Amino acid sequence: MLRTTPLNALHRSLGARMVDFGGWDMPLHYGSQMEEHHQVRREAGLFDVSHMLAVDLQGPAVRDFLRHLLANDVAKLKAPGKALYSCMLNHAGGVLDDLIVYHLSPTDYRLVVNAGTREKDLAWIRSQSAGLDLQIRERSDLAMVALQGPKAREILFGLLGETEREVVEALTRFQAAQVGERFVARTGYTGEDGFEILLPAASAEAFWQQLMAAGARPAGLGARDTLRLEAGMNLYGQDMDESTTPLESALGWTVAFDPPERDFIGRSALETQRAEGIPRLLVGLVLDERGVLRHDQRVLCGDSGEGVITSGSFAPTLGKSVAFARVPAGHADVLRVDLRGREVAVRLFRPPFVRNGQPADGL
Amino acid sequence: MTEIPADLRFLKTHEWVRRTDDGNFRVGISDHAQAQLGDLVYVELPETGRELAAGAACAVVESVKAASDVYAPISGRVLAVNEQLRDKPETINEDAFGEGWLFSLSANDPSAFDQLLDAASYAQLLAEQDH
Repeated sequence: MLRTTPLNALHRSLGARMVDFGGWDMPLHYGSQMEEHHQVRREAGLFDVSHMLAVDLQGPAVRDFLRHLLANDVAKLKAPGKALYSCMLNHAGGVLDDLIVYHLSPTDYRLVVNAGTREKDLAWIRSQSAGLDLQIRERSDLAMVALQGPKAREILFGLLGETEREVVEALTRFQAAQVGERFVARTGYTGEDGFEILLPAASAEAFWQQLMAAGARPAGLGARDTLRLEAGMNLYGQDMDESTTPLESALGWTVAFDPPERDFIGRSALETQRAEGIPRLLVGLVLDERGVLRHDQRVLCGDSGEGVITSGSFAPTLGKSVAFARVPAGHADVLRVDLRGREVAVRLFRPPFVRNGQPADGL
Repeated sequence: MTEIPADLRFLKTHEWVRRTDDGNFRVGISDHAQAQLGDLVYVELPETGRELAAGAACAVVESVKAASDVYAPISGRVLAVNEQLRDKPETINEDAFGEGWLFSLSANDPSAFDQLLDAASYAQLLAEQDH
């Protein structure tokens, strides 16, 4: 039995093609994945991301606990509402999940974790916090929608009263605020400006319809995947998992080694790996000729061996294919990919591939 | 879903064939196949003049989601390919049974056409796959 979000019936009435996404019945697209992708880059798209889970952590011990639990450091979060992207690691430095943590007050934090890892994450957080003075609340009562694109701001502002609007307008990137019954965060997974909004499940349908009436068009998981790939954002379970460290996953920037005395889970494993040399790297690839790079294709790296494409697709904004690949350290500058039995040259390119809706320089 | 034209014959792998007025045949992929693939981004077509054996992989249709081989429904020689697909592969999404044809061929044995699935049998096959 597939799990459903509070917007399931609405997706079906909008003609969505539904797919099993890690046990969830989710919209892949509503007609054309490509048009939805362009809609987000040029105007505004609306995604149901209610399969993701918000977890609220409250209590005097929360801040210190999160400084131990997460590889990034919540002490960086000074202003209320500020958010941080972080990996949650196991003791071997493998990535259990990637998540966003919101700082609501000194004793009150919110995590938003991936759908496919929610049970594992909760069990891990519970086991690691045993005996500490904190409460863990799973917010399955909330739906979550993402409004993304250059027109996201004006669309959302149009639906808000004056005081609400002032609060939302003042949000900086990676900041959130509770506005009435909605928790509005200026975050996303597309490379565009926009919001991720948590709200009571019972209010989700009406809110979605208001946003559509204001000009946002529904977009499915298909477009979400090509948008995040163009934006250079990793997908958990594909680009990193428990068998890879953040350092092998182009996520070294999310690991706070300073201050050196902060003892986070996985720290010693990462320090060992850093000292011994990181054996594999996650890199960006571009294919300038026809064809599509795809997950699991082999990357031939000459004398340094072989790598593998972790995420690859046709990139609609670029009109060509791009990918992330895990390759041996010390690889050559020009690599080759086995494309259905045909070897093609690919170019290394440091993501993001698309910035502010436009191809990055050099693409 | 577009209605399945009654004059077409099909392979189980979702290729269609139409007999044209000149006695030759046009080949494409079905509307069901394009819907499964989603937005098409590249099409590789066979060379004109190539001899195809029935069942041979002779073209590739590639979408954002997946690449898929196209098999020759009947044996014969490739007469022409649909050049407009090189720039506008989405034509297949828009009109799989018409403007989105892939190539035409002259059959070695035109009666092979009659051995393929007719529209009703193909519709039946799709209905069974739905369950």
